Amino acid sequence: MSAMRFTSRRTVLRGMMGGTAVTVGLPLLDCFLNANGNALASGKPLPAVFGTWFGGLGFSQGFWEPKTTGANYTMAQQLVPLEPFRKKINVFSGLKLYSDGKPIQPHATGPAVCYTGDVESAPHLASLDSLIADAVGQDTRFRSLEVACHGAPDSFSRRSATVRNPAEPSPIAFYARVFGADFADPNAADFKPSPQIMLRKSVLSSVAEQRQRFMQDVGVADKARLDEYFTSLRELENQLQLQMQKPAPLEACSVPNKNEKEAPLGSVVDDAMENHRLFAALLAHTVACGQTRVFNLMLSSAQSNFRETGSADTFHVVTHEEGTDAVLGYQPKTYWFQQQTVEALRVFLMAFDGIKEGPGTLLDRCLIFNSTDTGYAKLHAIDNIPLMTFGSAAGRLKTGYHIAATGDSVTRVGLTCQQAMGMQVGRWGSGGNQTNKPFSELLV
Amino acid sequence: MRHFRNLLVSSVCLALGSLAPAVAAPEPPTTGGDVVIRRLTPDQYQRIVRDVFGPTIKVNGRFEPEPRVNGLLALGAGKVSVSGAGLAGYEAMARDIADQVVSPANRETLLPCTPKEARAADDACARQVLGAVANLIYRRTVSEGELDGLVRNAGAAAGELKDFHAGLSLSLAGLLVSPEFIFRKEVPAGSGDRIDAFSKASRLSFFLWDTGPDSELLRAAAAGELDDQKGLARQVDRMLASPRLEDGVRAYFTDMLGFDAFHTLTKDAVLHPKFYADVPKDAAEQTMRTIVDHLLVRRGDYRDLFTTRNTFLTPVLGAVYRVPVAETGANTEPSSWVAHEYPEGDPHVGLLTHASFVALHSHPGRTSPTIRGKALREVFLCQKVPDPPGNVDFTVVQDTGNAIHRTARERLKAHATEAMCTGCHKITDPMGLALENFDASGGFRRDENGVAIDTSGELDGVKFTNVAGLSKVIHDHPALTSCLVKRVYAYAAGHQPGVGEDAFVKYLTTGFSEDRYQLPALLRRIATSDAFYRIAKQETAK
Repeated sequence: MSAMRFTSRRTVLRGMMGGTAVTVGLPLLDCFLNANGNALASGKPLPAVFGTWFGGLGFSQGFWEPKTTGANYTMAQQLVPLEPFRKKINVFSGLKLYSDGKPIQPHATGPAVCYTGDVESAPHLASLDSLIADAVGQDTRFRSLEVACHGAPDSFSRRSATVRNPAEPSPIAFYARVFGADFADPNAADFKPSPQIMLRKSVLSSVAEQRQRFMQDVGVADKARLDEYFTSLRELENQLQLQMQKPAPLEACSVPNKNEKEAPLGSVVDDAMENHRLFAALLAHTVACGQTRVFNLMLSSAQSNFRETGSADTFHVVTHEEGTDAVLGYQPKTYWFQQQTVEALRVFLMAFDGIKEGPGTLLDRCLIFNSTDTGYAKLHAIDNIPLMTFGSAAGRLKTGYHIAATGDSVTRVGLTCQQAMGMQVGRWGSGGNQTNKPFSELLV
Repeated sequence: MRHFRNLLVSSVCLALGSLAPAVAAPEPPTTGGDVVIRRLTPDQYQRIVRDVFGPTIKVNGRFEPEPRVNGLLALGAGKVSVSGAGLAGYEAMARDIADQVVSPANRETLLPCTPKEARAADDACARQVLGAVANLIYRRTVSEGELDGLVRNAGAAAGELKDFHAGLSLSLAGLLVSPEFIFRKEVPAGSGDRIDAFSKASRLSFFLWDTGPDSELLRAAAAGELDDQKGLARQVDRMLASPRLEDGVRAYFTDMLGFDAFHTLTKDAVLHPKFYADVPKDAAEQTMRTIVDHLLVRRGDYRDLFTTRNTFLTPVLGAVYRVPVAETGANTEPSSWVAHEYPEGDPHVGLLTHASFVALHSHPGRTSPTIRGKALREVFLCQKVPDPPGNVDFTVVQDTGNAIHRTARERLKAHATEAMCTGCHKITDPMGLALENFDASGGFRRDENGVAIDTSGELDGVKFTNVAGLSKVIHDHPALTSCLVKRVYAYAAGHQPGVGEDAFVKYLTTGFSEDRYQLPALLRRIATSDAFYRIAKQETAK
C-alpha cells in the first residue's frame, strides 16, 4: 500500500471525525450517461464485463458441433434452444488439451487447463478470470463475484495457489451480499456516505498496519500466502472506499426484488435449475448496477452429481453406465441431463440480453466464457471439448461464428478472451497448452 | 465462559498416573519440521468465540473451505490464505459477533464494566473489556502499545457515533479480523530450532482441545514453564484430564474420517426413505460417541474399535439398522442416545459397519464396493489408491437392473476384465465386497436382486468370509496402528512427517504398542516430546 493512500485515508478520516457534513476529497467518477445510454457522459463507453459459465459433463459428440464453419452457422441439434442468441454466440469445436505425459485426472484436468492454461489438476496459477479481474476489477465494489448452483461453494476461480475464490451457493445470501445494507443505488437522488463505513475502513486500516509485525519471522514459503491475506484486506478497504463516493448513475440499473425463497441447496437437478434462474437474474442486475466487472458461475461441479428426485443415478454415473441408443446415436439419459445445461444457458442469456443498454443489451457488453470438463464424458475424453463465448465484450469481439480448430489447445479461447478484454498479453498457458495464437479473426 | 458438550465428560477425566509411558525408551533425535502457519478451521473459530464470549454468541456466516492434503483438512489449513470474498465474510462475521457481545441483551453479563456515559468514549472501560479478551484472541500476551491502539480505535469510533458500545464493537471486530486471530502463526524461539513458548501453547491447545490456549496455558507460556519438561508435563496432564479433551479427540476423528462430507451427503428419498434429515447427523454422532466411549472412557485398545459390538443408537438410527431403540433418555433431550450392545454373531461389528462409513462411501442410491475399499485403505491404512484413468467404459458396473449381472460382485467382475482396470480394482474391491450386506443408507440386506450376497474376500493376503472376518483382519493389520500414529502426529504438528522424523515416528509407533494402543497415552507421548516443538532452521523472508 502506498503512503499516498494512507495519507489520503487519514485526511479523509480526520475530516469526518472533526466535522458534521462530509466532503469527501476523492476523485469524482464520470457521473452521467451520454444521450444514447451506452456511454458515460465523459465519452467513455460502458466498460466490458467478463464472466465464466461452467456446466459439467459437456455435450454429446456429433450433436453440438455446427455442420458449417464461419459466420451464419446453423445451430446443431443439441444447441437449438440457443438459436435466438446465435448471432451473439461463438462456438469452438475440435479444441483439446495436452496432458504433456502427466496422468489425466478425470474431470479435473479439463477445467484446470480451461481456467489456468496449465495441466496440473492441483492448480498453482491464477485463473483466467482472476487475471482479467486484476486488469479491470479494481474500480468496482467487488473485484469478482462467484456463484454456484449445486449447493456447494465450488469454484474454479483462483487468485493464486493458495487462494481459491469460493462460490456463494445461496441466492438469498448472494442478494444480501450485493443488494443488502451496503448497496448504494447508483440512480438514487441523494447520497450520504455512512459514518459506519468510514469507521469500518479505519479499523481495517489499523489491521493493515499490523503487517510489518506479523510478517516478522515468517518463512519464505508462507510469506506469499500471508501477502494474499493483506491483498484481500486492501481489496476490502478499497471496496469500502468506493462506497463512500457517489456512484455514477447507470440507466440500466434497477434493484431486483429481494428473493425470499430459493430451492433447497443440493444436487437435485430441478433445485439447481431454479437456483440458477435466480442467480442469472441477480447477476444480470449486479452487472447492470456496476457492482462488478468479473463473475464466475457454476451450474454443476465437474463430474456433475445432478440427479432427479427418486433416481439413484447421478448425471456422472449415467454418462458411464448408459449404452448408446442405436437409433438415436447418443446416450438418451445423458443427453437429457445435457439439455438441462442448454436450458440453463438459455435462461442465463435471456437474463443478460433482456437488460437494454442504449441500442444494445447488457449481454453485448459482456464476454462470457463457457466451458466444461470433458469432450465425451463416457470415456473421460480430453479431445473436442465444447467451448463457447457469449457477447462481444462491448464490441471488441466479433460474434456469431463457429470456429473449428481441430487439434489446437483450448487455451486459444482463453487468450482470445484476455485480449478482447483489453489485456496486453501475447502468450498464455504452459507446456503443450501454451499458445500465442488468439483467434485474431474474431478480434476487432 | 466455558461451555462443554457434556456428553460423556464426567467419565472422561483420566487417571493420570497410568498415562506415563509403559517403557521409558529414549526419544530419538529429529530434524524437526517446518514452522507452520495454519488458518483456523470453522470449528476452531467457533470454539474460540464460544470460549471467549460464551455460548450465547452465535457465529453466523460461511467459511472458506480447506483442501484435504494427505488425508487431512488439518494439513490443508496450512496451505490456504484468505480470498477477497473470504475476508469480506470474516469482517461481516466479526461485526456480527461484536455487535452481539455489546448488545443490550448481553452487555450486562458479558462486559466487566459499564461506561460512565453511554453516548461517549470511556477509555478505562474499553481497556478493561479489550484487555480481558485480546490475549485469548491473539493467543499471546498483547503489549500495552497494542492495547492502546485498540482502545484508541474504540474511543474514536465511540466519539464519532456518540455511542460507547458501537465504538467498542468496531474495535472488537478489528481483533477478530486480524491475521493474528485468523492464522495460527508459529514463531521460532531465539535458538531457531524450536518454536517459542506461545507457539507451543497453541500447538498443544489446538492438538488436545481444538481451540486456542486458555488463560492458564498462556500464563504458563509467559512464565517460561512450557520450556521446562516438568512444567510442560504439568500442563499436558492438566489438559488431558480436562473434559475438553473430548473436543480435541472428536475434531481429530471428524477430520480423519472425512465427516465434513456429511454436510453435503444426500440419499435418494424414494429409494432410502429412512435416510431422512436426521440420519446423517446421528450417523456421525454414533461413531463419535463410540470412539469417545471406547478410547477415552474405557481407555480401550484403538484396534478394538473395528471389532467392538458396543455402540450408541437413537430411534432414528434404530430405524436404519432395524434395531428397536426405546427412548429412555431425559425427556428434554432432542434425541435420546442409548448404549447398545449387538449380540455375539451379529454382523454389526465395529466402525466399518456404521452408517457413517458404509453410507458415506456409497452413491446416493447404490453401494460402491470400490469406493468403500478405497476409503478403507486410504482412511485407516494410509495407503493411496490411484484415480481411475481416462478412456474407460464403466457401463457394466453401474447397471443395477442388469439381468445377467445381478450383484455388485458380478458387475465388478465383468468390468475388471479390462486390463487397465484390474490393477486398482484388485486393491479395493475384495474388501469393499465384504461390506455388501450394508446398503447405500447403512441398512442390512442379505441379497441383491434376489441373489444371495457373497461377502468373502481378502486383504493383503489374508482371506475372510464376511464383514466380521474383514474387521478382524483390519484389527490385526500392522498398518492400522502405524497409520494412526503418523496421521495423529501430522495433524498435531501441521506437516506430513519428513525423512528426518522417521525415527521419531517409529518411536511413537513402538510406544503406542507398549501403551496397549491407548490413544491418551499416544497423545501424551507426542505432547510431551521434544520433537513436537522442534523445527528445521528456516530462511525467513525480510
